[in-house]
Amino acid sequence: MGVVPPPDGLTRCGDTAPGAAGGAGESTRRPDGVLKVTGDFAYASDLRHEDMLWGRTLRSPHAHAEIRSLDTAEALALPGVHAVLTHADLPAATHYGLEFTDQPVLADDRVRHQGEPVALVAADHPETARRAAALVRVVYEPLPVVHDEATATAPDAPVLHPDRDDHHAAHVPHPNVVYRQPVLAGDPTHAVAAVVVRGDYTVGTRDQAFLGPESGLAVPAGDGGVDLHVATQRLHADQRQLAPVLGLEPERVRLTLGGVGGAFGAREDLSTQAHACLLALHTGRPVKMVYDRHESFLGHVHRHPATLSYEHGATLDGRLVYVKGRIVLDSGAYASSSPAVVGNAASLGVGPYRVPHVAMEALALYTNNPPCGAMRGLGAVQACFAYEAQMDRLAVALNMDPVELRRRNALTQGDTMPTGQRVDAPAPVAELLRLVRDRPLPPPRPWETGDGVDPRALPGGLANSSVGEGIVRGVGYGVGIENVGFAEGFDDHSTAGVRLAGDRMRRGEPGPWRGNEAAWNAPGLRLVGGEVVTPRGEVLASLAEVLGEEAVERELEFRHRPAEPFDRATGQGFGHVQYSFCAHRAVVDVDIELGLVRVVELAAAQDVGRAINPRAARGQIHGGSAQGLGLAVLEEILVGPDGLVRDPSFTDYLIPTILDVPPMPLDILELAEAHAPYGRCGAGEAPTLSATPAIVAAIRQATRLPLTRVPVRPEHLTGT
Amino acid sequence: MRVTLTVNGRERSADHVWEGESLLYVLRERLGLPGSKNACGQGECGSCTVRLDGDLVCSCLVAAGQAEGCEVRTVEGLADADGRLAPIQAAFVETGAVRCGFCTPGLLLAAEELLARVERPADADIREALAGNLCRCTGYESVLDAVRLAAARATAPAADPERRP
Ligand code: FES
Ligand code: FES
Repeated sequence: MGVVPPPDGLTRCGDTAPGAAGGAGESTRRPDGVLKVTGDFAYASDLRHEDMLWGRTLRSPHAHAEIRSLDTAEALALPGVHAVLTHADLPAATHYGLEFTDQPVLADDRVRHQGEPVALVAADHPETARRAAALVRVVYEPLPVVHDEATATAPDAPVLHPDRDDHHAAHVPHPNVVYRQPVLAGDPTHAVAAVVVRGDYTVGTRDQAFLGPESGLAVPAGDGGVDLHVATQRLHADQRQLAPVLGLEPERVRLTLGGVGGAFGAREDLSTQAHACLLALHTGRPVKMVYDRHESFLGHVHRHPATLSYEHGATLDGRLVYVKGRIVLDSGAYASSSPAVVGNAASLGVGPYRVPHVAMEALALYTNNPPCGAMRGLGAVQACFAYEAQMDRLAVALNMDPVELRRRNALTQGDTMPTGQRVDAPAPVAELLRLVRDRPLPPPRPWETGDGVDPRALPGGLANSSVGEGIVRGVGYGVGIENVGFAEGFDDHSTAGVRLAGDRMRRGEPGPWRGNEAAWNAPGLRLVGGEVVTPRGEVLASLAEVLGEEAVERELEFRHRPAEPFDRATGQGFGHVQYSFCAHRAVVDVDIELGLVRVVELAAAQDVGRAINPRAARGQIHGGSAQGLGLAVLEEILVGPDGLVRDPSFTDYLIPTILDVPPMPLDILELAEAHAPYGRCGAGEAPTLSATPAIVAAIRQATRLPLTRVPVRPEHLTGT
Repeated sequence: MRVTLTVNGRERSADHVWEGESLLYVLRERLGLPGSKNACGQGECGSCTVRLDGDLVCSCLVAAGQAEGCEVRTVEGLADADGRLAPIQAAFVETGAVRCGFCTPGLLLAAEELLARVERPADADIREALAGNLCRCTGYESVLDAVRLAAARATAPAADPERRP
């Protein structure tokens, strides 16, 4: 079939859609922008209260140990200290968790990861609190460390949560498996293919590394409750977990969103919330807790590291016959959102391709490594690195252009996913690939200027490590599929929410339709992409025309269509509300002698359904692409077999600077998604998927090395 | 100890400063100027960037006592006395360079310093000047746009009536 024509109604996203003045489709400024450039925006870490104390957490130095004894007397005796709390002081529920209640508020007799909270201190100066925490005497007896699949599932493996009572416990193959999800389609056992490629891949642990540290200010209230101001992604989920721990009715646990300095998934779980509230309720004083960067690295969940094994079978003309894959994710000591991560990895594990026969399996392990949970593109990022590497491998085996191979297998609207879910919205996978491929390539040897060499354009930068010898250019492609929800946190919902509300006010009921409510409510009339449509699909008018300029008094609520859990054995089910797609082309210069990589350009093409605020949509794609670059060549939380983190600081854990991130030209398509208001589709996650494999493919082309793990470090390129 | 310094043109002093406190801590916790941010506390992220006697510094790495008698300029001092935004602030808002905004105060100070030194910076100059300021949200494209815009307006001030939002 070859070339897929552009879908009907293809539009490019400009800065402002025609007719969008003041409404959806116009690039507008963030409502909080001015406050943020003047320094007046109150982040949670900026909040103060007269009389407040500073809270501090004492954390475990061991990945796995028994707590033999705990003595707080010396800490309590330090002048300026107002409270020292341990597990024994907890007033009510002792555990919490996003999906399973498996995480201790403070460790009881056992710690399961480095950085597990053991005691809390409240003092009148942060330095006093730090010193007091160091005076808590804890005697640990180290236990054997579970650190990978072999040690987690060995016959004599220590069971990390012997008393599991979660709803998956009865269905897992081993108690150290948090959750397992197979996805089966067609007849994978009997499928045969002319060309077969296999590969094993590794994705390192990574950190969300938002800049604004975890912070909360808890203020005890007159009614015996507490007011908590906190930087979080999910106020309601926080409250649901907090109330039982504090032993209070939910109404007496009142949360207010403090200014959030980035999240990317790391604020879905509790951090300071319970600890600040416990200290405040215990001391009767407001308590502020702010993590420093070291504590932030140990105090929030990370992106699951993964090992992935794939086998792809195809016909000689490059059509996928089957994909078999196994994805092992390491959840670390606690479950957090691992079941969702596993579900994504399994259900999206073959990528944005049509595959008749599929046998995928994804699972998450309990280990003594740092706990892992949500991060932008959860589960789908790990899978995308591996299935895109496989597509490149297959292209080599078939002697076929890698873009052409992807286009031949590209998913399109109307196709069926391995989960049985029909893709009932635009899926312009082939078109996105064409857009990035057809862009002109950046000029070669950018460091050569008229009068010599500009070292800033060399892979070594100002380190002056070379003058351009030994540098090879590479070009690579990647495309990914991600599911989309409507959760706060990744996309620019603060702006989008306000924009939509503004639109409703301008356009919503009761406009000129007021006298004609019967017609408005007539069964079958629907709103599709901002137009009023009859049951036969006839467009009556655009909503803007119909409703005019009159102000509105009513706000409408949109609830996305329901999704269902995947079948435990087969993975079948309508599991995702929406899919989103992004493609990247990466151009790299690699100094093959020194192992240094410079990404020269990272072009992206993405379908965003409808850009409510085009400037924000572009920002999401740029930001996601830069994070994908970080995973490709820079970012990894290094954890030893002892379960200890080697690089919990920005000195050692490197996130991309403005020197690392290249120009990122974009093509944005707006193919309205019929099942979402305004045709919108979440934009923030998909670009995080495909940037990584595209960059690694480009490095492979330059170096001819297999490169089966990310991040790619210099020693992987030089073999040293 | 007591520390006296000039912040954004006003003399300020803080009492009971512990010797280990940084300039950043004193600005944020003792002088009521939380605009400068702490994202690492060890000189790696640039969120705490201020001008100290004109030089760009990471205020988390400056002991408060070292700032005794110095002139400090922070993000709170960028807008003029009537609250009108400085050109670099306006450009950040307009180009979408502000997202979560935690990096923004540091980037503004560094960009302002660059534009005072280099009238028409090339992209490579902008990247070099801002290399010490981490941003996790934008991918830096809109930050580059903002600096380019502010530079263009500085050399052709009358060209754009939309100079201040
Ligand atoms: S807080 Fe000073 S450089 Fe990061
Ligand atoms: S805008 Fe969030 S870190 Fe820069």
